[in-house]
Amino acid sequence: MKKFFAICMAAMMAFGAVGCSSSTEGTTETNESTETTESTEGEETSEATGEEILIGGLAPLTGSVAVYGTAAVNGAKLAFDEINANGGILGGSQIKFEVLDEKGDATEAVNAYNKLSSMDMVALIGDVTSKPTAAVAEMAASENMPMITPTGTSADITTYGPNVFRVCFLDPTQGKTMADFASETLGATKVAVIHNTSDDYSDGIATAFKEEAAALGMEVVADEGYGNDDVDFRAQLTTIAQSGAEVLLIPDYYGKIALISSQAKEVGVTATLLGGDGWDGVATALDESSYDVVEGAYFCNHYSTMDESEKVQNFIASYKETYNEEPSAFAALAYDAAYIMANAIDAAGSTDKQAIVDAIAATDYEGITGHMTFDENGDPVKTISIIQMKDGAYTLYGTVEP
Amino acid sequence: MDALFQFLRQLINGLQSGSIYALVALGYTMVYGIVKLINFAHGDIIMIGAYCTLFFITLFAGAGLPVWLSVIPAMIFCALLGMLCERVAYRPLRHSPRISSLITAIGISLLLQNGAQLIFSPNPQSVPKIFSADALTFGSFSISIGAIITIVVSLAIMAALQAFVKGTRLGKAMRAVSEDDGAAKLVGINVNSTIQLTFAIGSALAAVGSMLYISAYPQVQPTMGSLLGLKAFVAAVLGGIGIIPGAMIGGLIMGIFESLTKAYISSQLSDAVVFGILIIVLLVKPSGILGKNTKEKV
Repeated sequence: MKKFFAICMAAMMAFGAVGCSSSTEGTTETNESTETTESTEGEETSEATGEEILIGGLAPLTGSVAVYGTAAVNGAKLAFDEINANGGILGGSQIKFEVLDEKGDATEAVNAYNKLSSMDMVALIGDVTSKPTAAVAEMAASENMPMITPTGTSADITTYGPNVFRVCFLDPTQGKTMADFASETLGATKVAVIHNTSDDYSDGIATAFKEEAAALGMEVVADEGYGNDDVDFRAQLTTIAQSGAEVLLIPDYYGKIALISSQAKEVGVTATLLGGDGWDGVATALDESSYDVVEGAYFCNHYSTMDESEKVQNFIASYKETYNEEPSAFAALAYDAAYIMANAIDAAGSTDKQAIVDAIAATDYEGITGHMTFDENGDPVKTISIIQMKDGAYTLYGTVEP
Repeated sequence: MDALFQFLRQLINGLQSGSIYALVALGYTMVYGIVKLINFAHGDIIMIGAYCTLFFITLFAGAGLPVWLSVIPAMIFCALLGMLCERVAYRPLRHSPRISSLITAIGISLLLQNGAQLIFSPNPQSVPKIFSADALTFGSFSISIGAIITIVVSLAIMAALQAFVKGTRLGKAMRAVSEDDGAAKLVGINVNSTIQLTFAIGSALAAVGSMLYISAYPQVQPTMGSLLGLKAFVAAVLGGIGIIPGAMIGGLIMGIFESLTKAYISSQLSDAVVFGILIIVLLVKPSGILGKNTKEKV
């Protein structure tokens, strides 16, 4: 009897262990060719010349937001590989990018940060989602660790210290942008919102949207909420369908949006759907037979794969070549974050933390996700793209200047 | 009139989600009724059923067969999986303390969940439409086909199951084992195979539930079973665990209350209200709505 139990437990543990190792495999690998560093003659700009410079990365590589984490890490790795192939930074030093998986959890993220910190990392790219990023930002601020989050959009993240930067725009900015868009471009007068009440991201966009809508004289005819694990939204959507709303804001991540939009169609919601950058990837969460449920929806995003600039197209081509998939906005933002960080270390001329922080603050960079500078909080001043869904494809509808 | 239609629509929304809770709750209740085990892995069997259905949908769609037929291989697979779980994880512990089998149930649940993450990746996968999106329209009122099928199928299954348990020899054997497995063995009932049969039926029902689930919520992911399982478990307790019509009533009540709370009280508070009702019901009738207050026989 007991043997069975023991075998079971042993099997489970083995399973668990396999799960862990396979998920981190391939993402924590570093650039091993870096041992053969040719010392650059005569240059004395850095004490780190000819050595590896450790840049830490934090991302959810397993768990429910693993898609974002993987995309972000892929984007950053692509950038660092390019930089290393072009001779590295600080006159020949190679960048070693060490990524730890934090499973989308704030506690795990702080533990992983401490681990990276004890490995003498010079700067941090990460974290990816808002909640763990805020937790890590607080830690990083106490050590004045130069930190750029590619994708942490919640407002408080950059308030922890002058060393914390981000390359994405904020949740409130997205809400405000979509409200302006609904009023000015779509001419809506009645708006509805359905949002995840237990999620900062969703709540942040929804709140800013409602405020701006009121300021613009639009009427919020329905304001519905749901919980994190809900899958049934028919009750709320039935109410919204009856409310006469012309636009419906659904600020959430693509998995939820796929569920909400298909149920919206089913209960007869006719309002134009609006959303934030979490919509990126919604086509992957819908079967081809269901693309009609998001047809004509608008959302704001960091960049568009339809952007014809050479820089963007080059990035898309090399990303596709390396990873065999279209880069999402998460990948593009992380790619920009990695370049900004590398440029800043180069400009600082050393691995001194304060020098790097100052160099990031002085950034004026033309990236994949638009031209950006940083304001006094460490938030980017940049353009926003409005994307429209057509037949499951993300088409660029227009851009909004800051 | 508009308000009435609105109410009816919300009622149907509730019946649809409630039917799925009810089907899943049947699995909990059957297993609990016969071996007094809360089979926490049941939610994850639904998840496996959903992946299985999805696999056969692509296969059948390619072969030109109607996609809903994919539920049949999924039912067979889930029934076998349920029997395997019982054989490997629960039977060896049947006479150990109750808490041990509870822990193995949680273990199996985690094993299935993490195994699925490893095999299918943690990313949600989209599901093609199973039933046509058309709606039946009566004047200005319309009901989606999916909702009707969900409600009718669950009611039919519940009725069939009740008839099976009350009217057949195997059903009688199940009831006998549930009452006293020692005595059942004495009168010549094969206790092991009866319990296996219960697991097989419960798991096959889970497969039906998973098809209805993915037709209503077209997404499959490794963690989808946990909350659904929890809610269905609550529904089973609410209706009176161990009693088949109780599971049905509990599930439907949960679904309807959820829907009406979201529509008329507050969508933010729906879980709080639903679980509040649960607490009140259990305070008044600790054994659930249909539960009988039986004294422990000595």
